[in-house]
Amino acid sequence: MSLASPDSSPAGPNPARVNLTRFNPMGAPLWLGLFVVTWIFSSYGREFSRAIDARWLMKYPSGWRLPLKRDISDAMKWLVEDATFGLFTFKEFTRGIAWLIELPYDFVRSAVIDGFTVGVGSDAAQIAPALSWIAIIAVVVAIGRVAKDWRLAALVGGCFLYLAVFGQWDSAMVTLASVLISVPIGVAGGLLLGIGAYRWPLFDKILRPILDLMQTVPVFAYLVPILFLFGFGPVAALVATIIYAMPPMVRVTTLALRGVPTEIREFGAMVGCTRWQMMWKVLVPSAAPGLMVGVNQVIMLSLNMVIIASMIGAGGLGFEVLSSLRRLDIGAGLEAGIAIVVMAIALDRLSQAFAVRPTPSHEEQVAHDEADLLQKAGLIKRHPWSTTVVAVALVTGLVGLLLPAAQSYPASLTLTTGPFWADLVEFINVNFFDQFEAAKTFMLTYLLLPVKRFLLGIPWPWGIAIVTLAGWKFGGWRLALLAGGLALFIAANGLWDKAMITLYLCGVSVLIASLIGIPLGVLAAENERANRIVSAVIDTLQTLPSFVYLIPVVMLFRVGDFSAMIAVVLYALAPAVRYAAHGIRNIEPQLIEAGIVSGCTRWQLLRKIKLPLALPEILLGLNQTIMLALSMLVITALVGTRDLGQEVYIALTKADSGRGIIAGLSVAAIAIILDRILAASARNARARLGLAE
Amino acid sequence: MKKSLSLIAALSAAVYLGPLAPLAQAAENQDPIKLTLHDWTGQLLTTKIMGEVLKEGGYNVEYVQADYIAQFAGLKTGDLHVAMEIWETTGREAMDEAVATGSVENLGETGMLAVEEWWYPSYMKEVCPGLPDWKALNDCAEEFATPETAPKGRYLGAPVTWGGFDDERVEALEMDFEVIHAGTDAALFAELQSAYQRKAPIVLWVYAPHWAPFKFDGEWVEFPEYSKECYQDPSAGINPDLAYDCGKPRGPIWKVSWSGVKDKWPGAHKAIKAFNVENDEMGAMVTKVDLDGKDLDGVVKEWMDANKDRWNGWISK
Repeated sequence: MSLASPDSSPAGPNPARVNLTRFNPMGAPLWLGLFVVTWIFSSYGREFSRAIDARWLMKYPSGWRLPLKRDISDAMKWLVEDATFGLFTFKEFTRGIAWLIELPYDFVRSAVIDGFTVGVGSDAAQIAPALSWIAIIAVVVAIGRVAKDWRLAALVGGCFLYLAVFGQWDSAMVTLASVLISVPIGVAGGLLLGIGAYRWPLFDKILRPILDLMQTVPVFAYLVPILFLFGFGPVAALVATIIYAMPPMVRVTTLALRGVPTEIREFGAMVGCTRWQMMWKVLVPSAAPGLMVGVNQVIMLSLNMVIIASMIGAGGLGFEVLSSLRRLDIGAGLEAGIAIVVMAIALDRLSQAFAVRPTPSHEEQVAHDEADLLQKAGLIKRHPWSTTVVAVALVTGLVGLLLPAAQSYPASLTLTTGPFWADLVEFINVNFFDQFEAAKTFMLTYLLLPVKRFLLGIPWPWGIAIVTLAGWKFGGWRLALLAGGLALFIAANGLWDKAMITLYLCGVSVLIASLIGIPLGVLAAENERANRIVSAVIDTLQTLPSFVYLIPVVMLFRVGDFSAMIAVVLYALAPAVRYAAHGIRNIEPQLIEAGIVSGCTRWQLLRKIKLPLALPEILLGLNQTIMLALSMLVITALVGTRDLGQEVYIALTKADSGRGIIAGLSVAAIAIILDRILAASARNARARLGLAE
Repeated sequence: MKKSLSLIAALSAAVYLGPLAPLAQAAENQDPIKLTLHDWTGQLLTTKIMGEVLKEGGYNVEYVQADYIAQFAGLKTGDLHVAMEIWETTGREAMDEAVATGSVENLGETGMLAVEEWWYPSYMKEVCPGLPDWKALNDCAEEFATPETAPKGRYLGAPVTWGGFDDERVEALEMDFEVIHAGTDAALFAELQSAYQRKAPIVLWVYAPHWAPFKFDGEWVEFPEYSKECYQDPSAGINPDLAYDCGKPRGPIWKVSWSGVKDKWPGAHKAIKAFNVENDEMGAMVTKVDLDGKDLDGVVKEWMDANKDRWNGWISK
């Protein structure tokens, strides 16, 4: 980071005087004026359009709608029924892929839970049992020890023990099997695509918008086509998971490869590497730590998909959560939800440990090899961990034939905290409902409803105009064109009103999430202990399936926008906290010292130096908060919101591919508009503060 | 020469296939029959009972998790074979559409009757003495009001995707209620549980067979009786200008299958057609699983043991 003199900023070169209130000094009157005009339009638009008999101003005429829904449904039908490559049809092709994925999946599933069998259905005869629970715990403990140390081994062992003790073992192993398949495929696919994007700039250009769509179109929108093409059952769920979890890997790969120092690349060229060697022996290994960040993301996102995947046949922990909550067994739902968190923690720590594991230096390797040669007979000494694990697996497997407890954890020893949670929710419900109700009514009357009315009142042509203008102001005519075009796409598909409700729900949630999250982030950056607590809480909130807390929230706040908002805030809080903390931690210490020397109080230091300098990071955090809020929409549709999420959900239950994809694309359109505008403004802020990119 | 060869072939075939003959008679095709599982207990019970019966008949059975409506795509192509619970009230449209294509067959009623109607907990009778009559409900609509809906009463309807015409009903019967749609049935019953714990006013959509009417003490609201005309013809019923001025239809729960099942597993086809259980029987089983916390497979086994003659009749038909 360098502190160049930012001429464009009237605050001058002294960073202490860069002030939040002067964030956009030239634009302020413009935006204020626009807001007033919009307010007037929003309040009187309806009467006005009636007065001049131009209803089309408020409601996009159905005659102008694009027939895209039908076209997509027809195209889908063609793809499933008629499309052919000559030798085989498109459907046979996708079914072939499904078969390829199913083979390893079945194998892993047999290994961890089902046992190996021959024959089908009720004729099936078991030829070998699955790995016993003790063996699997031994495996993860050994991996933990190899990856890092005994502490990690104890942690992951404890995580898996939780699964057994709380009676989640069987479901957890089904989930583990699907993660063990979807993660390698997601990682390998992401790596290859990322390398492609790194090598060919054109490919990168084409890939980028596709990745954006993969990340922003809600999964529900493409579930129906996936079911058609890949058949029913776990494979369709795996495919959906891979599509959802792969994009970060692609992005991280490209970024990590670009980040490889030029010296290393030049060295590779000097020793005469071929292109293949250059990529796989030089670039990819050098970028490995960066790549592991991507692997970690793929694992996390795969576990995020567990609930949705279980709706289309993945089974496992997701199904456990859903079915517990359907019978209002909040405790069981929570335990299954925590099992997902626990599994995420174990896999996350393991993958991170592998990322930072020091690779043995050349001499060590040679010494090691020689030692191996000397002790050729000593198999056990050379591979202590593998042999121990194999021994445990064999012994428990054999003992398990006689003593079932060694094979599967005995049901009589499982614990449950179910009644406690049910009682707790009942206690809160009976004693505090009125207070909650009062708080909710206050929020609804003074925040939610006014915002909703304001947004819904804006005539759509004016809405498109504002979006275009904002695009132009922040990012020039290209962004203006993109933003305006996407907004028009939403209107032209007759989804303007639902899009506005989406915007209202997300907007309010993001506002509240930022109001809570940014101060928490600042606190976490300033205080190490607070940091530990805050990170634990937000990590849990992000991996705990939102359905788990959605149902208690409904019990306390009833079905409606307010409950949806709470769920969105809880889920979208994390990036607001993380980016704010990150931004503050990364401020150059000299600048803070300069502040101290000039006699700033702690409060002044924070307000005049730290916050303004962290602004670009905070804006990026805001961006991520919005993205997460949008991705929660489909879940909130489950508590009865009337936004685009609901549209996607209706399309899913009616198996209407066209409708689902259009609504999904509209969500993506909102996400892309907001993302681009915010990214542009973060860039502007950086430029004004004179921070390097 | 040729003759003797074919004779040998026939003989050896007879020798090899001989021991298998009784099995082959019982089950025509050893490919697994795929039955779909959804996410409510009653359906899991129905399907598992059918599956166990088919297993007893010597068939291979596989259970596949699938979405209630999305499964029709699989039933049409033969990816999935049997769906045991398609409710008249919520699945009729999708079922008719699928049957019309000729690739899906309706295998008749399960014997269970789907009930869906407005429902209130019994303690509301103290506040609203005239219940269960719908007019009495309307007279004390204000009791059901919340800040968002006041002065109108709040009626918690089913997810929009379930249909049910409640918005139309409220309008046609000129009721002072506002319809709020829950997004899932989990949300629906979460609200009921919450209100029940506080003895707070609530009127909502409940359906049976389900555990809720067993767990909570309450009654269905009595609307003018359903008739086809009432739904289709505005002039019929109390309100001469609007349709839907009556209660909801009560209809059977249907079984459907891929139309290929008939040729591939004729015996199984007959058995599925013969399957029959009743509301109370099912309600009791659902209660055992959802409220008493019993193991689902155990409850299925209990039923199988208690009803041997019944299901034997289904497979031998």
